[in-house]
Amino acid sequence: MAAATVQTCATPPHRPRSSRQRRPAARAGAAHPSAGRATLAALELRGLTRRYGERLALADVSVSVEDGQTLAVLGPNGAGKTTLLRLLATLLRPHAGEVSVLGHRLPEDGWAVRGRIGLLGHDPLLYRELSARENLQLYAALHGVAGDRVELLLRSVAMERRAQEPLRTLSRGMVQRVAVCRALLHDPELLLLDEPRANLDPAASELVEPLIGRESGRTRVIVSHDPVGAVAEADLVLGLVRGRVRVLATAAELDPESLVELYR
Amino acid sequence: MRTTTSRPADAPRTSTVVAALLRKELRVELRSFEAVPAMSLFSVTTFVLFHFALQRNALSGELASGVLWVTLLFAAVLGINRLFVADAEQGGFDGFLLSPAGRSALLYSKALTLLAYLIVLELVAVPGFALLLLQPALWPALPGLLAVLALGDLGIVVIGTLVGALAVRTSVRDLLGPMVSLPLLVPVLLCAARASSPVLASARAGALPLRWLLTLALYDLVFGLITFAVFDFLLED
Amino acid sequence: MYGKRLRPLALTTFAALTLTLALAFFWAPNDADQGFLQKIFYIHVPLAIVTLCGFVYGGIAGIAHLRTRDSRWDMRSYVAIHLSLVFGVGVLVTGSIWAKGSWGVWWDWSEPTLVSFLLIMLLYATYQPLRFAIEDPERQARYASVFAITAGAFVPINFAIVRLSTAYLHPRVLGDISGNLPGRFQVVFYLSLVSIGLLWITLWRYEMTSKHARAQLRALRRLLAGDDDDIPAPRRSAVPVLTASAGPAGDGGGVGSPR
Repeated sequence: MAAATVQTCATPPHRPRSSRQRRPAARAGAAHPSAGRATLAALELRGLTRRYGERLALADVSVSVEDGQTLAVLGPNGAGKTTLLRLLATLLRPHAGEVSVLGHRLPEDGWAVRGRIGLLGHDPLLYRELSARENLQLYAALHGVAGDRVELLLRSVAMERRAQEPLRTLSRGMVQRVAVCRALLHDPELLLLDEPRANLDPAASELVEPLIGRESGRTRVIVSHDPVGAVAEADLVLGLVRGRVRVLATAAELDPESLVELYR
Repeated sequence: MRTTTSRPADAPRTSTVVAALLRKELRVELRSFEAVPAMSLFSVTTFVLFHFALQRNALSGELASGVLWVTLLFAAVLGINRLFVADAEQGGFDGFLLSPAGRSALLYSKALTLLAYLIVLELVAVPGFALLLLQPALWPALPGLLAVLALGDLGIVVIGTLVGALAVRTSVRDLLGPMVSLPLLVPVLLCAARASSPVLASARAGALPLRWLLTLALYDLVFGLITFAVFDFLLED
Repeated sequence: MYGKRLRPLALTTFAALTLTLALAFFWAPNDADQGFLQKIFYIHVPLAIVTLCGFVYGGIAGIAHLRTRDSRWDMRSYVAIHLSLVFGVGVLVTGSIWAKGSWGVWWDWSEPTLVSFLLIMLLYATYQPLRFAIEDPERQARYASVFAITAGAFVPINFAIVRLSTAYLHPRVLGDISGNLPGRFQVVFYLSLVSIGLLWITLWRYEMTSKHARAQLRALRRLLAGDDDDIPAPRRSAVPVLTASAGPAGDGGGVGSPR
């Protein structure tokens, strides 16, 4: 029911939405979501490299993700997963290679995509002294989104009753729910998720699923420490070790052994 | 210096964004009382320190001007140190950078916030100074003093916003803030002190020396432009 | 790439400095008031001019770094500021000696050059701690460039303002740079200016060459090792890290690794 509510909500007044249909099988449909873009893929990485001083945080990463697909990024600590996510979110610049997000080259066209990407990382990016509602209203203003979206999203994660209280009085799980709202406030086409279900109890996970899960129809990149769970909901799997690509396969063709190798 | 193409048509208006950010700043400050009470209390305490250090009951002219401005400057540095802390610790930079809002909006909102801190500080410090240490009456000196305070505050705001953003994501933010901002604020101090000393003179109060006000205004302008030009580069990760 | 023509440059500098010193001591006449002590003017004022130019160049290199994101510009800025800090100490010391000799005090607030220098040195002394306090090399370079630009703009403005303020206190100016100097004084002065300028440039190029060579050596070692595993976690450092050109359109030619 929550999903239906989200689907029928009014789109933000500033963004003339193309005739994009958000259905479970988002790829089919008369109007292709990427109509009007230079390339078809939602994400196109070619030889992406990012340094940290003299070390390589990401080295020569190439992957292509279609609209509506889910990419799972796996790997041990320090593999560069978070760097990759932040790079896709336009928070970091690539040092070499080509990155194309939603048809736009980064970093030159970062402006064009910023309002269409949602990032949900470890940090909820919310102010503890403000209430959930005030936080979301701030982000609504930052994104140029109408205020009624705030109420809509709060209801869809069942936080409307505690939306007045300062965030510092809420449990970590509740804060995470509000963070989900923040990430979705501007109805992004691309979701970047870093352990999205961390801190969520099963009930909350269920509430949040239609918003950030596969059925939402959005293109997703998920970083996870749970290889099995991540692969289960992914179309593509990317395994990184020390910034280099070790595994790149569709979920169907993936060899489970190679996953084990990643973490060895 | 931007290498990106122009903003998309659906980016929110800067004034809306600045207003929203200011609302946030005000709320956070009112609920956590991190900066302004400390600044105000500090200024009054400093006046007391000066009384004992200088062994004087009343000051006028250059000495009064100097004591007032040094106190304001040090109290301002406390505010500069706190200006970006909430954002750095609670992920506000990322949240802002992820939005299509124009980067300058953050600069404007922070500058206005620091200005607000300074105004409240002065509402406490100036009467406090008049009560504790100032020999001539404050009332006749007030118009001239307000002019100097306005320009001086602008200088502090411009330098303070830049240095606050610079220092906040370093490992020694509380030390670097004062160390970097104080030399940069010396010209502001110099001009402001010179400008306000005739105003606070004990004998017939002198006219406001326009030369110093003009110099101060120019300094504010130049560093305002510099801050505006380089601020974006401090926001990136 | 900085090592080219380093030797002829160094030799020229040495020759110029020797000539300057010789002329200063043996050819230029003694000043009527200050006697032999006045000769320190030939070191103090050119040192001051070169130092200020060095700081301003540091700011310009900072602008170039922010525009191109090339770490080489950051290195240029770092070395320039670093070197000018050292020269700046020389300015303060020679100025102090001169003041003591001329007026009997080690420090005088009515000498605008010295006062401006003190302020500038206090500001630039924070450059290294600022860099050291930021671990991420790219952010360190970027923040340092912002600082270099702000401080570089501060240099001339501060000079003007301090001069303006001491003008009302009967300044006792140690040295007038403009053409108030008669013939021989002028010749030696300008020669000294050129020599000290050359000295700065030579030292700058030496340091750039050394840092560059070290970066190339490290890059070669990495290539040989073949894998990132062998690089130990680098110690925290205020020194810029020279990497291949940072932009996505960069040619990667900075450190010579054949990518």
